[in-house]
Amino acid sequence: MMSSNKKISGAEAVIRSLIEEGVDLIYGYPGGAIMPIYDELYKFQDKLNHVLTRHEQGATHAAQGFSRVSGKVGVVMATSGPGATNLVTGIADAQIDSTPMVCITGQVASHLLGSDAFQETDIIGISTPVTKWNCQVTKAEDIPKVLSKAFYIAKSGRPGPVLIDITKDAQFELFNYSYKKCISVRSYNPVPNYSSDLIEKAGQLVNNAKKPFIVFGQGVILGNAEIEFRDFIEKTGIPSAWTILGLSALPTDHYLNVGMVGMHGNYGPNVLTNECDLLIAVGMRFDDRVTGNLKTYAKQAKIIHLEIDPAEIDKNVKCDVPLLGDVKTTLPLLTKIVKNNTHDIWLKTFSSYYKKEFEKVIENEINPSKPGLTMAEVIKEINLSTNGNAVIVTDVGQHQMVACRYAKFNESKSNVTSGGLGTMGFALPAALGAKMGAPNREVVAIIGDGGYQMTIQELGTIFQTGSAVKIVVLNNDFLGMVRQWQQMFFEKRYASTELVNPDFVTIAKGYYIDADRVSERKNLKLAINKMIKSKKPYFLEVKVEKEDNVFPMIPTGASVSDIRLE
Amino acid sequence: MKDKKNTFTVSIYTENNIGLLNRISAIFLKRHINIESLTTSQSEIDNIYRFVIVVSVTESMIKRIIKQINKQIEVISSFYHTNQETIFLETALYKVKSKSLFDEKHIQKIIKESQANIVIVSPNYFVIEKTGWREETEKLYNELEPYGLLQFVRSGRISVSKEPMNISNILGLNTDK
Repeated sequence: MMSSNKKISGAEAVIRSLIEEGVDLIYGYPGGAIMPIYDELYKFQDKLNHVLTRHEQGATHAAQGFSRVSGKVGVVMATSGPGATNLVTGIADAQIDSTPMVCITGQVASHLLGSDAFQETDIIGISTPVTKWNCQVTKAEDIPKVLSKAFYIAKSGRPGPVLIDITKDAQFELFNYSYKKCISVRSYNPVPNYSSDLIEKAGQLVNNAKKPFIVFGQGVILGNAEIEFRDFIEKTGIPSAWTILGLSALPTDHYLNVGMVGMHGNYGPNVLTNECDLLIAVGMRFDDRVTGNLKTYAKQAKIIHLEIDPAEIDKNVKCDVPLLGDVKTTLPLLTKIVKNNTHDIWLKTFSSYYKKEFEKVIENEINPSKPGLTMAEVIKEINLSTNGNAVIVTDVGQHQMVACRYAKFNESKSNVTSGGLGTMGFALPAALGAKMGAPNREVVAIIGDGGYQMTIQELGTIFQTGSAVKIVVLNNDFLGMVRQWQQMFFEKRYASTELVNPDFVTIAKGYYIDADRVSERKNLKLAINKMIKSKKPYFLEVKVEKEDNVFPMIPTGASVSDIRLE
Repeated sequence: MKDKKNTFTVSIYTENNIGLLNRISAIFLKRHINIESLTTSQSEIDNIYRFVIVVSVTESMIKRIIKQINKQIEVISSFYHTNQETIFLETALYKVKSKSLFDEKHIQKIIKESQANIVIVSPNYFVIEKTGWREETEKLYNELEPYGLLQFVRSGRISVSKEPMNISNILGLNTDK
């Protein structure tokens, strides 16, 4: 707690509060209604690094990327009106993917509220459905307590985005500042209590199961429970599959890692979801992209759901045993009471499905015999060049599914993608944030030619910060995933999915970023190795086959066990 | 049938915070659910407010909605009840020309039989108040309507549950939300 008798402005209080919360990095964009805060940032630039993105949306995604690799709260600043509305996509993305973020927006002076003043917009009203909490501040004295509450709420329990809107007069107003960290909010219980009886019951189900199966999500990563999770699965010998946001919580090579569930997940985990006798969901929320048709999802199985958010229990899939709480707490309790076990035959079933998927899909993807480059072989080369130690940041679409299917991960917090919201344009700014959140790690952004152009201006931020982000655009001159759906479900009517693209290499070079293009297999390895070796930001365009499709695939509305290999 | 729509009264205890009404109504909006009635007032506890919302949805939906409402930071707790589990009322006001009160004897009979109260009588108009169930206020409406209603308004439902809701316990322990 710090206090002083000297009066300071609301704007200075914002900066001092951020420093109290351990913030040293902000992504943002200045403007009229937030200028007093930026003026204070100028004075505190030795303590707080502000990164000027080229668009406020970029600031939110950068903060998300930063948060996802570092586990810290991402901080964003923007002005009122358009500055604030430009944050909305990133806030919605952070909400649905549970990313802790604090956004601070300037607002017109309080006496102008509701007068349609210049750059006035009701950002509290607009952001309400997509924030974990939001609050407008009109008095300087409220700033420290509201900000401390904002950080507490953003990072506790199931994390999420918080928006604080501060009127310009509150930024100017002088007051006696003191700061006290928020440690509880009486109406908010971030981590619900688990029931010992239910732990017991879950343990019995695990011990009695013949064909148990685990699906784990981001809860393992957000709970920093990677070790607890491994202890549990290794003791019980249960095959474990991941959701897209659970990716990297368990190393790719782990003997119990059986791949990805969901629409473009692996064959075995999807089919065997409908054959297991016990499904253990760990920190995941049964998204429709994971479950396919709910009416035929794991109906034969008992279901245990480990989850921190009570609203997720029975939301989509009804479970037999709900285990509320942080998986870091509940998993060890479960591990303690379960028997040492192996499920060799059951595990081999997964291997046999993998073999089938390998023959039908994977082999042709990673070692293609046709001349055109596949996305998967690019990912394979990146794996080889980085030894699976890179942070992989993906955008949304075919390249995202391929990257998540084929990228190799040795450590957690290494996969950054827009999962729930599916925000095209996410990857480039998120990769910048990821690099700043993990400066000693290799960060490779893998982006489609469509999404790349949604936030391409952030190349300017990457150049200005000198962040050595490696950017790979897998260019098929199409909005590939939509085109794939048009091919499969709309009789190849390619409505507005073909892109006539610019010269991406020239554009990157225009931003003073080293750039290269590869369109032939024989040059791929060299091009990727050169990119990875570079100590600077680097752009690589890979011209891939135009009309490749991502398989396996569960068509919308189909059952997980009706996954198609072709 | 289990998944039939039913009328539920939702009671929500909250902190007093600007914007909370928006946050709660957004939960219904997101699911395309029409709010049939909504009132807010002080509750039995100092500085704790109470929302009473009436919706017609399936029980599985109302369960999910309650969890989403509980998830909001400034919501202390929320509950849902069927009509049988609550005592509920609405208040209606009827503004009628004074002339009809004196000219139409029948009006006085209607007022008396419906157990409504006359709130005010002025030279030009008088105001009747009726508190009760929807059917009762509607019946009075239908009876008065032929005499010309200058204004009519009915409040949202207010309701107390038969079972205790134990909000003080929840606040005291800050748990079991």
